[in-house]
Amino acid sequence: MLRRKFLKILTSTAAIFASSLVTPIKTFAEWNQTAFSAKDFNTAINAYFPKQIIHESNQIKIDVYDEVENGAVVPVKVETSLQNVKAITIFADKNPNPLIANFDLSSNCIGFVSTRIKVSEPSNIIVVINSNEMLYMTKKFIIVHENGCG
Amino acid sequence: MASTIRLKSKTRNNITTVRAIIRHPMETGFRIDIETGERVPQHYIKKILVKHNAEVIFSCDWSRAVSKNPYLSFMFKNSNIGDKIEISWFDSKDNTDSLETVI
Repeated sequence: MLRRKFLKILTSTAAIFASSLVTPIKTFAEWNQTAFSAKDFNTAINAYFPKQIIHESNQIKIDVYDEVENGAVVPVKVETSLQNVKAITIFADKNPNPLIANFDLSSNCIGFVSTRIKVSEPSNIIVVINSNEMLYMTKKFIIVHENGCG
Repeated sequence: MASTIRLKSKTRNNITTVRAIIRHPMETGFRIDIETGERVPQHYIKKILVKHNAEVIFSCDWSRAVSKNPYLSFMFKNSNIGDKIEISWFDSKDNTDSLETVI
């Protein structure tokens, strides 16, 4: 009887421990292994936004140089006038893995993000924005002289 | 050891801009070490969480295509002086680091 009680306590505390360890990372969406390891743009975008329609939009501004010498550090700034932006996703269609980064924004955030990425060869930089549960995209072609992924 | 994160915030007209630089190699697995002639294994940040007073306001899922020593900037509204901002990263080798600052 004592043994049974002891086991019960043991398993319940273990469960609490496990859940407390997992929750901080799981509060937001899982890291999407399939989409991040996809080797071409269509596979990546279909894996990340399965069966969703993406509209072209002119309300997204991608601030990136037209031509860069070294693809290892390409500054990218995304700004949008779309409201209620939930997520901003950046792709480079010719990269070995086209999905570069996804940013999840809370309701207090402004439709803006800035970072630096690697681009392997001349590519379209594609930005997909989730606004009011609708997906909008825009793209910009950039020339890269030196492979930034090597 | 000094923190791997440098974090700055600036508030103007009720909009706070957060800027962070993280010291991290972000290895793609393609690079070849000149001395040994071998490929440097993949090692990159996969996830970043930013909390504003213990509530997650911004998070990132990254691939290895984010540049070495990543830079990140975003903006949010409705913050007050004295609010806390905490940023933490988690990488592909299960390393992690975090830093807290006050607006």
